[in-house]
This record gives sequence, structure tokens and C-alpha cells, in this order.
Amino acid sequence: MMAALSADVSYRTVKVWLRNRDVFLHVWKAEMIWPLFEPLIVMLGLGLGLGRIVELESGQDYIQFITPGVMAAFPMWGTIAEAGWGAYNRMANQRTFAAMIATPVSLDDVITGEVLWGATKGVISSVYILIVALALTPFWDLVQSPLVLFVLPVSFLAGLMFASMALLATSFVRSNTQLAYFVSLVVMPMFWVGGVFFPLSEMPRTVQILSWFMPLRHVVDIQRDLVSGNPGLATLADIAWIVVVTALLYRAVLWSMRRRLIK
Amino acid sequence: MQSQVLIEARSLSKRFGSLVAVDGIDFEVVRGECFGFLGPNGAGKTSTIRMIGCVSPVGGGTLRVLGMDPAHDARRIKARLGVVPQEDNLDPDLTVLENLLAYARYFDVPKADAIERAWEVLDLLALREKAAEQIENLSGGMKRRLTVARALVSQPELLILDEPTTGLDPQARQLFWQKLRQLKRDGLTMLLTTHYMEEAAQLCDRVIIMDQSRIIARGTPAELIERIIGEQVVEVRFDGLDGASARAAVRQLAQGFEVEETEDVVFVYEQDGRRLSDLDLNAAHELSSDVLLRRATLEDVFLRLTGRGLIE
Repeated sequence: MMAALSADVSYRTVKVWLRNRDVFLHVWKAEMIWPLFEPLIVMLGLGLGLGRIVELESGQDYIQFITPGVMAAFPMWGTIAEAGWGAYNRMANQRTFAAMIATPVSLDDVITGEVLWGATKGVISSVYILIVALALTPFWDLVQSPLVLFVLPVSFLAGLMFASMALLATSFVRSNTQLAYFVSLVVMPMFWVGGVFFPLSEMPRTVQILSWFMPLRHVVDIQRDLVSGNPGLATLADIAWIVVVTALLYRAVLWSMRRRLIK
Repeated sequence: MQSQVLIEARSLSKRFGSLVAVDGIDFEVVRGECFGFLGPNGAGKTSTIRMIGCVSPVGGGTLRVLGMDPAHDARRIKARLGVVPQEDNLDPDLTVLENLLAYARYFDVPKADAIERAWEVLDLLALREKAAEQIENLSGGMKRRLTVARALVSQPELLILDEPTTGLDPQARQLFWQKLRQLKRDGLTMLLTTHYMEEAAQLCDRVIIMDQSRIIARGTPAELIERIIGEQVVEVRFDGLDGASARAAVRQLAQGFEVEETEDVVFVYEQDGRRLSDLDLNAAHELSSDVLLRRATLEDVFLRLTGRGLIE
């Protein structure tokens, strides 16, 4: 039992992260268009288009409302794509994990390195979105506080959680396409009902209670507090929620990957 | 003075659910030798070397690798091994050179040393021109050589190769063997699994033959041939239909010798010191147009022990 709870993680986990970084440095220019452009389209398209017909109780412009939501939701997609399809490909098709664990790198190092890398992809996506948001701020007053810079470390923390979630799903699927179940049943509901596109405070009480269990909702809440410059105790509670859930998911993914890969 | 025994297995075993993959085997591998694991598919070779490589937990018995216990010293053991797995797992997202550098990094080889070492192994395996190539553009033989280069980049004491030439064409295989012989001359200890008997005969100092999870024979290739087959073998072939009576006649002719039959061949082996030169080959020629007297090989030993029928 104790053995199952002790993680065999060393500094070598960084080497796993570095391997992924090396690959990223080959392709980042080709791949940057999507994480840069998609949030921009959503912010302008929904923010301005839908914004013309939406009136929020808070009196906020709709484009202001969805900006922190985009800062929470799109980095999540970046992380999930990496720790889902990307990691599945490295694990099952390319056998990169098998190659690495034949060296002094342990399986726990590999998985931890993948979690760190997934979170890094979230931060990279966050940086793009932050640049877009700052560029648009003179026109629509999107960013109201220098606290917005804390969006990046929060993205990293949230990335650790989403990467652990996606890797946990990856540890169970038998093909790349099976990850669609995880995306449809877990990620999509969070994305649409997690407080990104409409305020949950105006929803029925049941929906509000259920949304408390959605990881993305807590990330959205934190990013809103940072972008508007009004963090408080509730923000700390959200951070605590994420830390606890991340720790649990990380333990679970180490266990599940060992179950799958160590025979 | 470092220990001469690099691997020591006692009653080593492994099971997967109800399947017994390795059933209490004993062997030792000593420094400087090339040690071969022979056996048909499913004999337990790969399971055994995965335990040695510390990627699969020891199921039962004891295993010491480089004097250490895989259960407690996996990282320290793996730091001194070079592994060439059965299936290619080169990193297709990186170039040839980057594959070597990323691998050296897993072993904590400092960057400058890694670069120097990477070029050395590329030269050694005749891959220098391919350094900037993507993995998908390499031929099968080049991929296998690069996998060996990758295993050597950390300067291992022991090189483990799991069916290294499966799927290679004859030229690629000859070149591959030549490179391995060179490594052996340089003093590298090698552990090799294969089901190509010629590969074992070309490379291995000592072999064990595994079948159905156990070791069924061990020795040098020459010893095994001499002990189990003898010097020569006669093959009498039949094309299908004309068989029955002619076969009976061949059996009659070969009385006093060991005889083995498959669907279209009768094999005659030496027995109790009786030489095949005593066999009346002229009479055999009367019975079949295809009679061959040849030197015995490790393949005969293997098939003799594991059966000539298809194992599935």
C-alpha cells in the first residue's frame, strides 16, 4: 500500500519536459496560429456579435465578460490536447514512454514530465491570449488591473490539473478516438457550462451547486478576479480547491499509468 | 577488480495472470561474452530480458544485474545498460542526431560529451551522413543501427538486444552483425535474443535455448551441435505424393540412425557415434531426386529440441 502511494520522481522528470520542449521548438511557428487566432475570433465574434444583443445584470460589456473566461478555457484545450492526444501518441504509437523508461528515467518521471509539459502548453496558450487581450484593451477596456499577470501562474496550476485529468483518461483509452468520450462527457460540459460564456450566478441553484464540481469553473472564477483586479477570499478558496483536486488526480494518474504500463 | 558475473539469475520466473512466461530459469552472463537466448516466439526470452532491463518486475526467484537488485536499484542498473528493444521506438519527432542527444540527456551525459559521443556512435554504425535526417526517412536497417547507436551513447557496460535483426534484408543483417562483432572485439558484453540460429552462431559465445518458459539446453554453439546433432545431417526430400513407400524405404535404409520426419522431408542424424558416411547415399538417391548431406547447424539443434512442427 505504501509503495503504491510513494512516487518515484526525480530531477530526471525535467529531461522528459525538455524532450517535449525540443519537439515544440521545431514546430511552434507552424502551430501558433490556432492557439492565437481561435481565442481572438471568440472574443471578437462572440464578444462583439453576441454582445450587441446581450445585456448583463452587472452592466459589464459582454466582451469584457468573456475575456477572463477565454483565458481559462482555451489554455485548458491546449493542455488537454497535449496530455490527451499528444501523450497517447507518445505512449502507444511512438512508444516514446517505453524508450524513456529503459533509461534511468522512471515511469513516474515520465508521467510527471508530461503533466508539467501539458501545464506548460496551457501557459503558452495563456501568453498568446494575454497578448491579444492587452492589444484589444485600448478599444474595449478588457484588462482592468496589473494583477492580470497572475493569470499566467494560475494557468500553470490549472494546467497541472487539466493535464493530470487528460493523462488519467489517456491511461484508460485503447485508441486515440476513444479520447472523444473524455472530451464529450467531461471537457465539453465544463467548457459550455463552466461559467465561460454566461454568468452562473443567474442560473438555478442546482446548476450552481453542480458547477462547483467542475474544475474549469474555479479557474474561470480566479481569472475573473484577476482581470478585474478584485481577488478575495473566494479566490483563495478556488485556488485551494484546484490544489486539492490536482493532488488527487496526479496520484491517480501515477497509479493508473503504472497499472497500464508496468507488466 | 570488478565482478566478472554481470547477470545472475536463480529460479527466475514471471507470470502474467495464469500464463507462466518464465518458469524458474538459472543462468549467468559473464563480462566480455556474447550470450544468446534462443527460442521460438513465446518461449519467455523477451520477458526475461525485460526483467533484466528493470522495466518489468521480477516475478519470482532472484536476479542480480551488475551486482544489484532490480527491485531496489533500477535506476543505477539502467544507467549502465544499453537496450535495443524488439520494436523500434526511436523518437519520430526528432532527427537522428537529436534522438541521440535526447537519449544521452536521460543518462545525465553532459551536453558537450553527448555531442562528441553521438558523432562517435554515428561513425561506428555508419550513420554520419544521416545525422540531420528525420527518422521516417531511414531504412529498416538504418533504424536498427540507430537504435544500437542510441543504446551505446551512454557507454553501457552491457548491451541487451531483443531480436535485433527481425525484418532486415540479408545485406542489412550482414552489416548489422559485422558492427556487433566489432563491439564484441572492443570488449562489450552482449545479451542477445534471437530466433535466427545463424545470428546466434555468428555472434554468440554461449547460448541457452528456451522453450515453453524453460531452458532446455545450454552451451557453446559448437558444443550443442556436437552433442545434440553430431557433425552432419542428411536430408531426403519428397515432392508430395510419391511419398509413402519411398519414405518407408528411406527409414529402412537409415536403420541404426536417428530419423525425424516432416511432411516432405526425412532427416537422418548420427547416432551412437555412427557416422553418416556409413549411410548408403546412392541407395537414397534411388528413392528421391533430392538428397543432401550437409554440416549440422545450430538450426538443427533448435528444431530438434523445439520440434519441427509449427508452434502457435
